[in-house]
Amino acid sequence: MSTIVSLPDQSTATMPKRSYLNAEYGLKSWLLTGDHKRIAILYLISITFFFFIGGAMAGLIRLELLTPQTDLMAADTYNKLFTMHGIVMIFLFLVPSVPATIGNFLIPIMVGAKDLAFPKINLLSWYLYLAGGIFTLAALISGGVDTGWTFTTPLSTHYLNTHVITAGLGIFVAGFSSIFTGLNFIVTIHRMRAPGMTWFRLPLFVWSHYAASVLMVLGTPVLAIALVLVILERTIGIGVFDPAKGGDPLLFQHLFWFYSHPAVYIMILPGMGVISEVISTFSRKRVFGYTAVAFSSVAIAVFGFFVWEHHMFIMGVSNYSALVFSLLTMLVAVPSAIKIFNWAATLYKGSITFETPMLYAFGFMGLFTIGGLTGVFLGSLGMDIHLTETYFIVAHFHFVMVGGMLMAFLSGVHFWWPKMTGRMYPEGLSKLAALTTFIGFNLTFFPQFIVGYLGMPRRYAAYPPEFQVLNVLSTAGATVLGVGYLLPMLYLTWSLKYGKIAGPNPWQATGLEWQIQSPPLTENFIETPVIDYEAYDYEWLANKTKNEVQTVG
Amino acid sequence: MDSQAIATHPDHTHAGHEHPPYLRHHFATVEQQRETSSFGMWLFLLTEIMFFGGMFAAYMIYRNWYYPAFVAGSHQLSIVLGTINTAVLICSSFTMAMGVYSAEMRRKSALVMWLLATIVLGVVFLGIKADEYHEKWEKHHVPGLNFSVQDFVRVNPAYPEDKALPLDMAEKTQVYFSLYFAMTGMHALHMIIGISILIGLVIKAQAGAYTQGHMTTIENFGLYWHFVDIVWIFLFPLLYLISRHQ
Amino acid sequence: MHLISPVLWQFLVNWLEHFALFPPEASGIAPYADALYFFLILISLVGMVLVVALVGGLSILYRQEKNPVATQIEGSTLLEATWTIIPLALFMVTFVWGALLYFRIYDPPANAMNIYVVGKQWMWKAEHPGGQHEINALHVPTGQPVRLTMISQDVFHSYSIPAFRVKREVIPGRYTTVWFTPTKPGTYHLFCTQYCGTLHSQMIGEVTVLTPDDYQKWTAGSTSGMSLAQNGERLFASLGCASCHNGAADARGPNLAASYAGRVQLSNGSSATVDDAFLRDAILNPTMHTMAGYAPIMPTYQGQISEEGLIDLVEYIKQLNTNYRVQQTANTTQVPSGVQQTAPAASGMVKP
Repeated sequence: MSTIVSLPDQSTATMPKRSYLNAEYGLKSWLLTGDHKRIAILYLISITFFFFIGGAMAGLIRLELLTPQTDLMAADTYNKLFTMHGIVMIFLFLVPSVPATIGNFLIPIMVGAKDLAFPKINLLSWYLYLAGGIFTLAALISGGVDTGWTFTTPLSTHYLNTHVITAGLGIFVAGFSSIFTGLNFIVTIHRMRAPGMTWFRLPLFVWSHYAASVLMVLGTPVLAIALVLVILERTIGIGVFDPAKGGDPLLFQHLFWFYSHPAVYIMILPGMGVISEVISTFSRKRVFGYTAVAFSSVAIAVFGFFVWEHHMFIMGVSNYSALVFSLLTMLVAVPSAIKIFNWAATLYKGSITFETPMLYAFGFMGLFTIGGLTGVFLGSLGMDIHLTETYFIVAHFHFVMVGGMLMAFLSGVHFWWPKMTGRMYPEGLSKLAALTTFIGFNLTFFPQFIVGYLGMPRRYAAYPPEFQVLNVLSTAGATVLGVGYLLPMLYLTWSLKYGKIAGPNPWQATGLEWQIQSPPLTENFIETPVIDYEAYDYEWLANKTKNEVQTVG
Repeated sequence: MDSQAIATHPDHTHAGHEHPPYLRHHFATVEQQRETSSFGMWLFLLTEIMFFGGMFAAYMIYRNWYYPAFVAGSHQLSIVLGTINTAVLICSSFTMAMGVYSAEMRRKSALVMWLLATIVLGVVFLGIKADEYHEKWEKHHVPGLNFSVQDFVRVNPAYPEDKALPLDMAEKTQVYFSLYFAMTGMHALHMIIGISILIGLVIKAQAGAYTQGHMTTIENFGLYWHFVDIVWIFLFPLLYLISRHQ
Repeated sequence: MHLISPVLWQFLVNWLEHFALFPPEASGIAPYADALYFFLILISLVGMVLVVALVGGLSILYRQEKNPVATQIEGSTLLEATWTIIPLALFMVTFVWGALLYFRIYDPPANAMNIYVVGKQWMWKAEHPGGQHEINALHVPTGQPVRLTMISQDVFHSYSIPAFRVKREVIPGRYTTVWFTPTKPGTYHLFCTQYCGTLHSQMIGEVTVLTPDDYQKWTAGSTSGMSLAQNGERLFASLGCASCHNGAADARGPNLAASYAGRVQLSNGSSATVDDAFLRDAILNPTMHTMAGYAPIMPTYQGQISEEGLIDLVEYIKQLNTNYRVQQTANTTQVPSGVQQTAPAASGMVKP
């Protein structure tokens, strides 16, 4: 049997002399870089910025909901806040969160390539993201937009006087950024794998990014055209969605949800990839049922395209089409269940430690399970009638998106932080942050399930007084949650200068990225790696460590 | 301890194999680079199909609902201009293909000439399209900006066998024309982008960029141009030729 | 809900209601919706407990101090099959149960009384057949199935009565319907749940459920003097509809008496059921609803009649039906089977 794999002594680790961080200096070397790792850092900074903008709005929304009346702000302001919160969080944070930062950093390394297939397009995608962000900020500063992030026609086309076009353009442009990221990933995974890196030796992180990329590439253009038509309708009134001219406003809903439902999987799949890596590493064990987990990602991507109408069950669609879409919705829930059980089974006979990324991953599993199961409530036709458009659905997608995805994002950031920066963060503080986030999250969103079943509609600036208790709980939780998010921001920044040197493989993980120096060289590998071992092969790692010890000794 | 665990040979140099200047650092071989970019291009065209697909779906639904309005609307288009434009685009696809061939044959002047011909044909297409748009404007067929149902509640002189539409159906021609403008407009936008790129390609080709063995850019642009052409091949019958068989 | 003891059920209901974990059950469908809700909570709890037990238990059992060396396991097809099939089976049960409930909620019974609802930014207008008009309020009797035929004048709204567990989008340009049987007198929330602009959260009201007697009193006390059908008759006359739809054998338009709820052959070859939505569409887009054997000469009334006016006309045409039936019944003194007014299809949309 192999030797016990324990954490290497970090006191002897030294910072490598040359790395992607110090390969070149100056702002220009960052803004014009083709290096996927530098672009990932650019993305990380910009999405953090937008996350805190979106978060601040969430804070204001929760403050307003502390009391039943509209006393903190006018209803108009409230409407603008939740609209901008949705747009910023979905299009500028969640969609690019893991793929554009961690994925961008790691996918080329994980497949054994020196860079993504198209470095310039990768940089272009960041600039497009930035342009999208600037458009959105412009919409915000010039007075905001109050359509809701769903841009429902004819409200968005004929009944509002806010900056719909600016915000729409922002999403349109940011959408192309996401298309280019997805395109880059697919091509890289197909064409840039190192010798010996077969499809079934790819880490599950790569599989889930592949599935998410397919959704990005095929779904986003449909949103783009829907937004173009909304903008045309608003500017010149072409009438495609205008019932007065013979258009059908439900068509917009179909086009919008054709993207926006798969978008949910665009957001969650990369997070699932993170969880696979983290659970395996801290159990020191191969992911249970590798192929099942890999194919469940693909199944989610495929089924994910055929469930969009479940957002429209009460909108007067044919009862029989609702039947089909409800059935498919039930089917898409199964691969997620498979993943959860496989992760749990990975723990069996593992050798488990509880570092911060693992704590976040556990948080993910619990919260995502609740999010997923409440999704079954909503996919069930008769139940959906009562639950849709209430706080139940708000709680549901926050459990999936924030409880699931944001936990996965933080898990990933903590897991790969030593790889990205070469330094460790304070372990105690980060565990505290993970715990705070988990508690704050549950306190914020669990009461919303109840208030939702009681019937409180979403997007209400004022509500009947009997819902106040639950809303107060929710607002209190949001405060805790806010602290939970600020902490990592602070100690991670602190660790950039004062963190302990991490060394190449602080977690003793098997991934290819952990076999190179931290932070990596600009070209990732000095020589193209040749892969002769499976993913998550801890015996291979142990043998390798032993050999190295012998060489040094 | 050596952190480069995987096959690290510090004394290794690239002397072993000659790298052509156009091979980017992260590709192992020219072949890989070529395949990669062509694969990327096909994927991009897939997103383009989805982009136009949204409008085609809308077209399908509305045509099914408002068929008489779609017929009447299409009878207002000039089939002659449409056919000429189709021919122009097919020719431009041919000139583009010849351009790719010239690049392959490493004939610089031929490449530049074929690309220029493609630009000219593209501009001709846009010119004819602009003329058609202008005519629509004159005839008050632009929904939202200036639209009048006048032409549809009376018999179209060009099609005496057509019946005049009742007012409610005549109103629906707006849907036809909004789709007409949205679809051909998006197509024209793709043409404009294509022509702008072509101008850049001509300048680079003049400097000898694509005739020294590396012609992936030209090939990929060719794919794009043919794609735009194919979109028109679908748009033409769907918009111009509704019920021409009757 | 038939599976567990009624006493336990009542206890559960009272306890939850008291602690306001779920809204009052005030319609015939509410207990059914809640039964599905409890079933879903049950499988969620089982799932949660399972996941938490697995993750928690395994983490404790196989923490590094106890199990310093991991045993590598590839996977197990049997286990994969188990946790594919069991969730799938549970989800299928949920699907079938949910679908049955959905069809129940959106398929009104034949004897439902009809109330019209028009939504606009930011108010709900309810119109009772007897001519009672209400704003942001709805009065309904217990024990009587009520069907709401709804339409929006501007943007999407959504008519939601949590205590009844029903909700339906109210859409511009087409009728949607929902139905319920109120069971418990009281006042309940009415919400607009689809975001509809600035005062979305003010588009709320009260649903008052009355006993049949009180409802009779309310109806008598708040009538405007003119029933919807009477308003419709006036409109019918002033718009000159009767010049074609006069019931004569050689009339230019089809005879409207007895047309409601029947099936008609359209000139484009398809056939349609004459329901509220069909009548509304036929007035606004006559060309697409021309009946076989008639020339498409009817002008459109798009933009000339308000949604309320359309409702009046539809109600008038329906009324023609009943009068006709009454006369026929009076003449023959027996009701032929099959002439009972059948309810229109639940889906409000009629497109060829």
